[in-house]
Amino acid sequence: MFSLKNVAFRDIIEIGYLVIPENKVTCIVGESGSGKTTLLKLLNNLISPDKGDILHQDKRLEEFDPIELRRRVVMLPQVPVIFPGTIRKNLLMGIELSDREPVEDRVLVSHLKGAKVDKDLDSDASKLSGGEKQRLALCRITLMKPEVLLLDEPSSALDDGTEELIIESMVSFARKESKTLVMVTHSKRIARTYGEYIVSMDKGKVVQVEEVNLDERDH
Amino acid sequence: MNGIIEIGIVQLLAAYVFLAALLFIIKKQGIAKEKEILIASLRMTIQLVITGYVLVYIFEINHFVLSIGILALMEFFAIRNTYSRVKSPINGKLKRVIALSLVSGTTMTIVYFLLIVIGLSPWYETRYFIPISGMIIGNSMTGISLGAERLIDGMSNRRDLVEGALMLGATPAKATKGIVNDAFTAAILPTMNSMIGMGIVFLPGMMAGQILSGVSPLTAIQYQIAIMLGIMGSVSLTVYAMVYFGYKTFFNERLQLEDQG
Repeated sequence: MFSLKNVAFRDIIEIGYLVIPENKVTCIVGESGSGKTTLLKLLNNLISPDKGDILHQDKRLEEFDPIELRRRVVMLPQVPVIFPGTIRKNLLMGIELSDREPVEDRVLVSHLKGAKVDKDLDSDASKLSGGEKQRLALCRITLMKPEVLLLDEPSSALDDGTEELIIESMVSFARKESKTLVMVTHSKRIARTYGEYIVSMDKGKVVQVEEVNLDERDH
Repeated sequence: MNGIIEIGIVQLLAAYVFLAALLFIIKKQGIAKEKEILIASLRMTIQLVITGYVLVYIFEINHFVLSIGILALMEFFAIRNTYSRVKSPINGKLKRVIALSLVSGTTMTIVYFLLIVIGLSPWYETRYFIPISGMIIGNSMTGISLGAERLIDGMSNRRDLVEGALMLGATPAKATKGIVNDAFTAAILPTMNSMIGMGIVFLPGMMAGQILSGVSPLTAIQYQIAIMLGIMGSVSLTVYAMVYFGYKTFFNERLQLEDQG
């Protein structure tokens, strides 16, 4: 669980109080420039607030080892980062960079298949389409199995059909593995469909927090 | 024929015919560079004449304070030159890293080279101390300038890759490994290339000078091989220290990328 108290970052973010619950799917919605990406970067310790406290499991972020924290709370940027090399290398990059145990090829292949990337592990990752790159980057972080997944507009490069499929698979992954999923999206429809907790932001402020009753929605 | 043929003033002046030829060519071609060429030739002449007299004086005195003073002066100008050669803005912390790497890397190499390789006695013998220090520092300055330029450009152009790796929990060392290795390679490349062409494509200045002074080519090559290895060692050492500590200057204590803008 994250809690933010009187957090400010430059003139981009000013949040009085916000809680992001554990093992739930939280969607952050808002217009461009409302501070959604900055909020994710704060949670990932890529940047630190100018003032205020961010707590993760009741401990201030400053008290964590920064690398250890990023290995537990992994972020996926809106424009997927593709490292030079093969698809295999890209899939394993998160595991390798964070010193996790290596994964066998068959696991990689099944992840790729699940994300509808019909390519060989030895193919050049830079030749993939925008949507395929985004799905490859999603596979990379699910392979890492972190405690918290921070996804910044994970479906921005996907067409409508794939978008539904990928978001659904990410959400079911998070629920099955009891992970906390925080997803920035411009789409209110996605937030309504998948979010258990919806945070609306405007001009750096949290304007609304909604808890969705899953039983009511699913019936 | 033994010893060196002395060049008299008249013969030296006769060499300026090449300058006259160049001035004639550019005048004929309408290339407006007369002023620059004249200034360059004049500066070269005056600077070398002064250097010649200063070196005669220094070699005569041959005192350790003089050797150390000149070494300090060379290091100071090399650092200043490196700062001005790097076109991208250098952050304050990286400036300190550059200065420390250059001074420590070159000094260690110079000490080892003079004491162990040449076995110089006394250790401050200016006739050896100054030219050898000059060659080592000069080449290391070129290397460190190239390395710093590459490091800064890499950290700016590949910022998204570094940030992407950090998001996945990479340490700054892992996130910048490619950039650091590229900077190191780019910095040592000119030294490697000059070693490859040496003796076939060109005769290096020091060796040519020694041969002209009547030294046996076999002795000259021994010196040349030793100094090239010394230069390679010094360039590698200074650049490695610079990139190894240099990448860290792009991160703060929370291991976040610093704003370089």
